[in-house]
Amino acid sequence: MTPSPENGSGGTAWYDDAAGPVVRPYALTGGRTHYDGDTFDLVALIVTVDAAEPEDEGRPPGTTAPPWVPEPEHEMILELCRTSLSVVEIASELELPLGVVRVLLGDLLDHSLIQVRRPAPVAQFPSERVLKEVIDGIRAL
Amino acid sequence: MESVRSDAGPPRGDSALTVKILVAGGFGVGKTTLVSAVSEIRPLRTEEALTEKSIGIDDTSAVAQKTTTTVAMDFGRITLPNGLVLFVFGTPGQDRFWFMWDELAKGALGAVVLVDTRRLADCFPSVDYFERRGVPFIIGVNHFDGAGQHSPTQVRDALDLPAEIPVINCDVRDRESAKHVLITLVEHIMRTMSGRRDPGALTH
Repeated sequence: MTPSPENGSGGTAWYDDAAGPVVRPYALTGGRTHYDGDTFDLVALIVTVDAAEPEDEGRPPGTTAPPWVPEPEHEMILELCRTSLSVVEIASELELPLGVVRVLLGDLLDHSLIQVRRPAPVAQFPSERVLKEVIDGIRAL
Repeated sequence: MESVRSDAGPPRGDSALTVKILVAGGFGVGKTTLVSAVSEIRPLRTEEALTEKSIGIDDTSAVAQKTTTTVAMDFGRITLPNGLVLFVFGTPGQDRFWFMWDELAKGALGAVVLVDTRRLADCFPSVDYFERRGVPFIIGVNHFDGAGQHSPTQVRDALDLPAEIPVINCDVRDRESAKHVLITLVEHIMRTMSGRRDPGALTH
Protein backbone atom coordinates (compact mmCIF):
# COMPACT_ATOMS: atom_id res chain seq x y z
CA MET A 1 0.00 0.00 0.00
CA THR A 2 1.20 3.45 -0.83
CA PRO A 3 1.68 5.94 1.95
CA SER A 4 -0.33 9.09 1.50
CA PRO A 5 1.82 11.98 2.71
CA GLU A 6 -0.73 14.50 1.46
CA ASN A 7 -3.08 13.33 4.16
CA GLY A 8 -1.85 15.86 6.67
CA SER A 9 -3.85 15.01 9.74
CA GLY A 10 -3.55 11.29 9.67
CA GLY A 11 -0.02 10.81 8.42
CA THR A 12 0.19 7.43 6.79
CA ALA A 13 -2.64 5.97 8.85
CA TRP A 14 -5.69 5.71 6.68
CA TYR A 15 -8.10 4.91 9.46
CA ASP A 16 -8.42 5.80 13.08
CA ASP A 17 -10.33 4.58 16.09
CA ALA A 18 -13.35 6.62 15.17
CA ALA A 19 -13.59 4.70 11.93
CA GLY A 20 -14.60 1.63 13.88
CA PRO A 21 -13.95 -1.81 12.51
CA VAL A 22 -12.59 -1.70 9.00
CA VAL A 23 -14.95 -3.57 6.76
CA ARG A 24 -13.86 -5.24 3.61
CA PRO A 25 -15.81 -3.31 0.98
CA TYR A 26 -14.27 -0.10 2.16
CA ALA A 27 -10.74 -1.44 1.92
CA LEU A 28 -11.01 -0.37 -1.71
CA THR A 29 -11.47 3.20 -0.67
CA GLY A 30 -8.72 3.21 1.91
CA GLY A 31 -11.30 3.03 4.64
CA ARG A 32 -13.06 6.20 3.55
CA THR A 33 -16.81 5.93 3.76
CA HIS A 34 -17.75 9.40 2.64
CA TYR A 35 -16.84 11.74 -0.13
CA ASP A 36 -16.33 15.26 1.14
CA GLY A 37 -18.01 16.98 -1.77
CA ASP A 38 -21.61 16.75 -2.88
CA THR A 39 -23.22 13.39 -2.52
CA PHE A 40 -23.88 11.61 -5.74
CA ASP A 41 -27.58 11.15 -6.26
CA LEU A 42 -28.68 7.60 -7.03
CA VAL A 43 -29.83 8.61 -10.47
CA ALA A 44 -27.21 11.23 -11.27
CA LEU A 45 -25.61 10.36 -14.58
CA ILE A 46 -21.86 9.96 -14.72
CA VAL A 47 -19.91 10.33 -17.91
CA THR A 48 -16.19 9.91 -18.43
CA VAL A 49 -14.41 13.06 -19.45
CA ASP A 50 -12.38 12.72 -22.62
CA ALA A 51 -8.83 12.25 -21.38
CA ALA A 52 -7.50 14.53 -24.12
CA GLU A 53 -9.17 17.55 -22.62
CA PRO A 54 -9.72 17.12 -18.91
CA GLU A 55 -11.92 19.65 -17.19
CA ASP A 56 -9.91 21.98 -15.03
CA GLU A 57 -12.80 23.04 -12.91
CA GLY A 58 -11.66 25.20 -10.05
CA ARG A 59 -8.02 24.33 -10.43
CA PRO A 60 -5.85 27.34 -11.27
CA PRO A 61 -3.95 26.93 -14.52
CA GLY A 62 -0.36 25.94 -14.01
CA THR A 63 -1.05 24.00 -10.84
CA THR A 64 -0.26 20.38 -11.32
CA ALA A 65 -2.26 17.79 -9.49
CA PRO A 66 -0.33 15.42 -7.27
CA PRO A 67 0.36 12.16 -9.03
CA TRP A 68 -2.54 9.82 -8.52
CA VAL A 69 -2.71 6.17 -9.32
CA PRO A 70 -6.24 4.98 -9.92
CA GLU A 71 -7.37 1.63 -8.58
CA PRO A 72 -8.65 -0.95 -11.09
CA GLU A 73 -12.17 -0.09 -9.91
CA HIS A 74 -11.63 3.54 -10.87
CA GLU A 75 -10.60 2.38 -14.32
CA MET A 76 -13.65 0.15 -14.54
CA ILE A 77 -15.91 3.09 -13.77
CA LEU A 78 -14.21 5.21 -16.42
CA GLU A 79 -14.66 2.39 -18.91
CA LEU A 80 -18.34 1.90 -17.99
CA CYS A 81 -19.13 5.60 -18.20
CA ARG A 82 -17.96 6.20 -21.74
CA THR A 83 -21.67 6.47 -22.32
CA SER A 84 -23.41 8.06 -19.37
CA LEU A 85 -24.59 5.74 -16.64
CA SER A 86 -26.43 6.36 -13.39
CA VAL A 87 -24.77 5.93 -10.00
CA VAL A 88 -26.96 2.95 -9.09
CA GLU A 89 -26.24 1.23 -12.36
CA ILE A 90 -22.50 1.63 -11.82
CA ALA A 91 -22.84 0.11 -8.33
CA SER A 92 -24.88 -2.72 -9.75
CA GLU A 93 -22.49 -3.41 -12.62
CA LEU A 94 -19.45 -3.44 -10.36
CA GLU A 95 -21.32 -5.30 -7.62
CA LEU A 96 -20.05 -2.82 -5.08
CA PRO A 97 -22.00 -1.11 -2.31
CA LEU A 98 -23.27 2.34 -3.22
CA GLY A 99 -21.18 3.96 -0.50
CA VAL A 100 -18.00 2.55 -1.97
CA VAL A 101 -18.95 3.63 -5.47
CA ARG A 102 -19.62 7.15 -4.23
CA VAL A 103 -16.16 7.41 -2.70
CA LEU A 104 -14.59 6.15 -5.93
CA LEU A 105 -16.66 8.61 -7.95
CA GLY A 106 -15.50 11.37 -5.61
CA ASP A 107 -11.89 10.49 -6.43
CA LEU A 108 -12.62 10.61 -10.13
CA LEU A 109 -14.44 13.91 -9.80
CA ASP A 110 -11.58 15.39 -7.77
CA HIS A 111 -9.29 14.47 -10.64
CA SER A 112 -11.72 15.85 -13.21
CA LEU A 113 -11.99 12.49 -14.89
CA ILE A 114 -15.77 12.40 -14.85
CA GLN A 115 -18.63 14.77 -15.31
CA VAL A 116 -21.73 14.55 -13.16
CA ARG A 117 -25.14 15.33 -14.56
CA ARG A 118 -27.40 15.76 -11.59
CA PRO A 119 -31.04 14.79 -11.85
CA ALA A 120 -33.07 17.62 -13.24
CA PRO A 121 -34.84 19.89 -10.80
CA VAL A 122 -38.03 18.49 -12.34
CA ALA A 123 -37.78 15.73 -9.78
CA GLN A 124 -38.51 18.20 -7.01
CA PHE A 125 -41.10 20.15 -8.87
CA PRO A 126 -42.08 18.39 -12.04
CA SER A 127 -43.69 20.45 -14.73
CA GLU A 128 -46.90 19.26 -16.27
CA ARG A 129 -45.10 18.89 -19.57
CA VAL A 130 -42.54 16.49 -18.12
CA LEU A 131 -45.23 14.44 -16.40
CA LYS A 132 -47.21 14.24 -19.65
CA GLU A 133 -44.08 13.06 -21.40
CA VAL A 134 -43.60 10.37 -18.77
CA ILE A 135 -47.18 9.18 -19.25
CA ASP A 136 -46.86 9.15 -23.04
CA GLY A 137 -43.57 7.32 -22.74
CA ILE A 138 -45.00 4.62 -20.50
CA ARG A 139 -48.01 4.21 -22.80
CA ALA A 140 -45.69 3.70 -25.74
CA LEU A 141 -43.80 0.86 -24.05
CA MET B 1 -46.92 27.21 -18.89
CA GLU B 2 -44.59 26.73 -15.99
CA SER B 3 -40.92 26.67 -16.46
CA VAL B 4 -38.62 24.55 -14.40
CA ARG B 5 -36.93 26.55 -11.71
CA SER B 6 -33.23 26.25 -12.07
CA ASP B 7 -31.88 29.31 -10.29
CA ALA B 8 -30.39 27.29 -7.45
CA GLY B 9 -29.27 24.37 -9.54
CA PRO B 10 -26.70 23.86 -12.23
CA PRO B 11 -27.39 25.19 -15.72
CA ARG B 12 -30.02 23.26 -17.64
CA GLY B 13 -27.47 21.70 -19.94
CA ASP B 14 -25.82 20.08 -16.95
CA SER B 15 -28.94 18.40 -15.71
CA ALA B 16 -29.80 14.92 -16.67
CA LEU B 17 -33.45 14.30 -17.22
CA THR B 18 -33.68 11.36 -14.92
CA VAL B 19 -36.73 10.82 -12.76
CA LYS B 20 -37.62 8.07 -10.38
CA ILE B 21 -40.67 6.30 -9.10
CA LEU B 22 -40.71 4.03 -6.07
CA VAL B 23 -42.52 0.75 -5.61
CA ALA B 24 -43.13 -0.12 -1.98
CA GLY B 25 -45.07 -2.68 -0.01
CA GLY B 26 -44.54 -5.71 2.15
CA PHE B 27 -42.20 -8.59 1.53
CA GLY B 28 -43.23 -10.75 -1.42
CA VAL B 29 -46.00 -8.44 -2.56
CA GLY B 30 -44.68 -8.17 -6.11
CA LYS B 31 -42.41 -5.12 -6.08
CA THR B 32 -39.66 -6.69 -8.14
CA THR B 33 -42.23 -8.27 -10.45
CA LEU B 34 -43.67 -4.83 -11.17
CA VAL B 35 -40.20 -3.44 -11.80
CA SER B 36 -39.43 -6.32 -14.20
CA ALA B 37 -42.70 -5.92 -16.05
CA VAL B 38 -41.91 -2.39 -17.16
CA SER B 39 -38.13 -2.24 -17.23
CA GLU B 40 -36.29 -2.23 -20.54
CA ILE B 41 -33.39 -3.92 -18.83
CA ARG B 42 -33.25 -6.98 -16.65
CA PRO B 43 -33.88 -5.51 -13.20
CA LEU B 44 -30.62 -4.66 -11.55
CA ARG B 45 -29.77 -5.03 -7.95
CA THR B 46 -27.64 -2.70 -5.97
CA GLU B 47 -26.58 -3.02 -2.40
CA GLU B 48 -25.54 -0.81 0.40
CA ALA B 49 -23.39 -2.15 3.16
CA LEU B 50 -24.49 -1.56 6.69
CA THR B 51 -21.82 -1.44 9.28
CA GLU B 52 -21.84 0.05 12.75
CA LYS B 53 -25.29 1.49 12.25
CA SER B 54 -26.85 -1.93 12.33
CA ILE B 55 -24.94 -3.37 15.24
CA GLY B 56 -27.39 -4.22 17.95
CA ILE B 57 -30.27 -4.11 15.51
CA ASP B 58 -29.48 -7.04 13.34
CA ASP B 59 -29.47 -10.38 14.98
CA THR B 60 -26.22 -11.71 13.69
CA SER B 61 -25.76 -14.25 16.44
CA ALA B 62 -26.36 -17.06 14.00
CA VAL B 63 -23.50 -15.94 11.81
CA ALA B 64 -20.25 -15.91 13.66
CA GLN B 65 -18.27 -12.70 13.28
CA LYS B 66 -20.63 -11.22 10.76
CA THR B 67 -20.17 -7.49 11.11
CA THR B 68 -21.72 -6.26 7.90
CA THR B 69 -25.02 -6.83 6.27
CA THR B 70 -26.43 -5.44 3.10
CA VAL B 71 -29.65 -3.85 2.08
CA ALA B 72 -30.60 -4.64 -1.48
CA MET B 73 -32.70 -2.64 -3.89
CA ASP B 74 -33.96 -3.80 -7.23
CA PHE B 75 -34.47 -1.26 -9.92
CA GLY B 76 -35.33 -1.00 -13.56
CA ARG B 77 -34.89 1.64 -16.22
CA ILE B 78 -37.21 2.96 -18.87
CA THR B 79 -35.83 5.29 -21.50
CA LEU B 80 -38.70 7.36 -22.75
CA PRO B 81 -38.82 8.41 -26.41
CA ASN B 82 -38.20 12.05 -25.50
CA GLY B 83 -34.89 11.22 -23.83
CA LEU B 84 -36.16 11.22 -20.27
CA VAL B 85 -34.91 8.28 -18.25
CA LEU B 86 -37.32 6.87 -15.71
CA PHE B 87 -35.97 4.68 -12.93
CA VAL B 88 -38.33 2.43 -11.02
CA PHE B 89 -37.01 1.39 -7.63
CA GLY B 90 -38.32 -1.36 -5.42
CA THR B 91 -37.85 -0.25 -1.82
CA PRO B 92 -36.04 -2.59 0.53
CA GLY B 93 -38.56 -4.98 2.00
CA GLN B 94 -37.33 -4.61 5.55
CA ASP B 95 -38.82 -1.62 7.24
CA ARG B 96 -35.83 -0.98 9.42
CA PHE B 97 -33.77 0.31 6.53
CA TRP B 98 -35.31 3.74 6.74
CA PHE B 99 -32.09 5.53 5.89
CA MET B 100 -32.26 3.89 2.49
CA TRP B 101 -35.86 4.96 2.09
CA ASP B 102 -34.88 8.57 2.72
CA GLU B 103 -32.29 8.32 0.01
CA LEU B 104 -34.78 6.76 -2.40
CA ALA B 105 -37.57 9.20 -1.60
CA LYS B 106 -35.35 12.23 -2.18
CA GLY B 107 -36.40 13.66 -5.51
CA ALA B 108 -38.81 10.83 -6.29
CA LEU B 109 -41.84 11.78 -8.35
CA GLY B 110 -44.07 9.48 -6.37
CA ALA B 111 -44.67 5.95 -5.21
CA VAL B 112 -46.82 2.90 -5.80
CA VAL B 113 -47.70 0.99 -2.64
CA LEU B 114 -48.53 -2.60 -3.52
CA VAL B 115 -50.98 -4.39 -1.31
CA ASP B 116 -51.73 -8.06 -0.82
CA THR B 117 -55.15 -8.12 0.76
CA ARG B 118 -54.27 -11.27 2.66
CA ARG B 119 -51.57 -9.30 4.46
CA LEU B 120 -52.94 -5.81 4.41
CA ALA B 121 -51.01 -4.63 7.45
CA ASP B 122 -47.72 -5.16 5.59
CA CYS B 123 -48.33 -1.96 3.66
CA PHE B 124 -49.00 0.25 6.67
CA PRO B 125 -45.38 1.36 7.16
CA SER B 126 -45.10 2.36 3.48
CA VAL B 127 -48.36 4.30 3.55
CA ASP B 128 -47.33 6.06 6.76
CA TYR B 129 -43.93 6.89 5.35
CA PHE B 130 -45.20 8.49 2.13
CA GLU B 131 -47.95 10.35 3.94
CA ARG B 132 -45.46 11.82 6.39
CA ARG B 133 -43.00 12.76 3.67
CA GLY B 134 -45.66 14.25 1.42
CA VAL B 135 -44.67 11.93 -1.42
CA PRO B 136 -47.64 11.40 -3.77
CA PHE B 137 -48.63 7.75 -3.85
CA ILE B 138 -51.30 5.38 -5.07
CA ILE B 139 -52.33 1.92 -3.88
CA GLY B 140 -52.10 -1.03 -6.21
CA VAL B 141 -54.06 -4.03 -4.99
CA ASN B 142 -52.10 -6.89 -6.48
CA HIS B 143 -54.23 -9.86 -7.31
CA PHE B 144 -52.64 -13.14 -6.52
CA ASP B 145 -54.01 -16.48 -7.60
CA GLY B 146 -56.41 -17.65 -5.00
CA ALA B 147 -56.33 -14.42 -3.06
CA GLY B 148 -59.66 -13.24 -1.80
CA GLN B 149 -61.03 -10.47 -3.93
CA HIS B 150 -61.39 -7.29 -1.97
CA SER B 151 -62.73 -4.30 -3.78
CA PRO B 152 -60.64 -1.14 -3.94
CA THR B 153 -63.32 0.51 -1.83
CA GLN B 154 -62.84 -2.04 0.94
CA VAL B 155 -59.09 -1.51 0.81
CA ARG B 156 -59.50 2.26 0.87
CA ASP B 157 -61.73 2.00 3.92
CA ALA B 158 -59.36 -0.37 5.65
CA LEU B 159 -56.45 2.00 5.05
CA ASP B 160 -58.52 5.08 5.88
CA LEU B 161 -57.30 6.87 2.77
CA PRO B 162 -58.66 10.17 1.48
CA ALA B 163 -60.80 9.95 -1.64
CA GLU B 164 -58.22 11.64 -3.87
CA ILE B 165 -55.68 8.83 -3.51
CA PRO B 166 -56.29 6.26 -6.24
CA VAL B 167 -56.73 2.64 -5.16
CA ILE B 168 -56.68 0.30 -8.15
CA ASN B 169 -56.63 -3.40 -8.86
CA CYS B 170 -53.66 -4.78 -10.73
CA ASP B 171 -51.80 -7.89 -11.68
CA VAL B 172 -48.20 -6.80 -11.80
CA ARG B 173 -47.11 -9.91 -13.73
CA ASP B 174 -48.96 -8.41 -16.66
CA ARG B 175 -47.06 -5.67 -18.44
CA GLU B 176 -50.16 -3.74 -19.49
CA SER B 177 -51.46 -3.83 -15.94
CA ALA B 178 -48.09 -2.70 -14.60
CA LYS B 179 -48.04 0.16 -17.11
CA HIS B 180 -51.53 1.14 -16.04
CA VAL B 181 -50.35 1.31 -12.43
CA LEU B 182 -47.49 3.67 -13.32
CA ILE B 183 -49.69 5.83 -15.53
CA THR B 184 -52.30 6.09 -12.77
CA LEU B 185 -49.55 7.22 -10.41
CA VAL B 186 -48.20 9.89 -12.76
CA GLU B 187 -51.73 11.18 -13.43
CA HIS B 188 -52.23 11.38 -9.68
CA ILE B 189 -48.95 13.29 -9.35
CA MET B 190 -50.14 15.75 -12.00
CA ARG B 191 -53.32 16.40 -10.04
CA THR B 192 -51.38 16.73 -6.80
CA MET B 193 -48.91 19.14 -8.37
CA SER B 194 -51.55 21.37 -9.90
CA GLY B 195 -53.12 21.57 -6.45
CA ARG B 196 -49.80 22.48 -4.88
CA ARG B 197 -48.66 24.77 -7.63
CA ASP B 198 -48.31 27.84 -5.51
CA PRO B 199 -45.05 29.60 -6.30
CA GLY B 200 -45.07 31.38 -2.95
CA ALA B 201 -44.79 28.09 -1.16
CA LEU B 202 -41.76 27.05 -3.12
CA THR B 203 -38.47 27.79 -1.47
CA HIS B 204 -35.05 26.44 -2.08
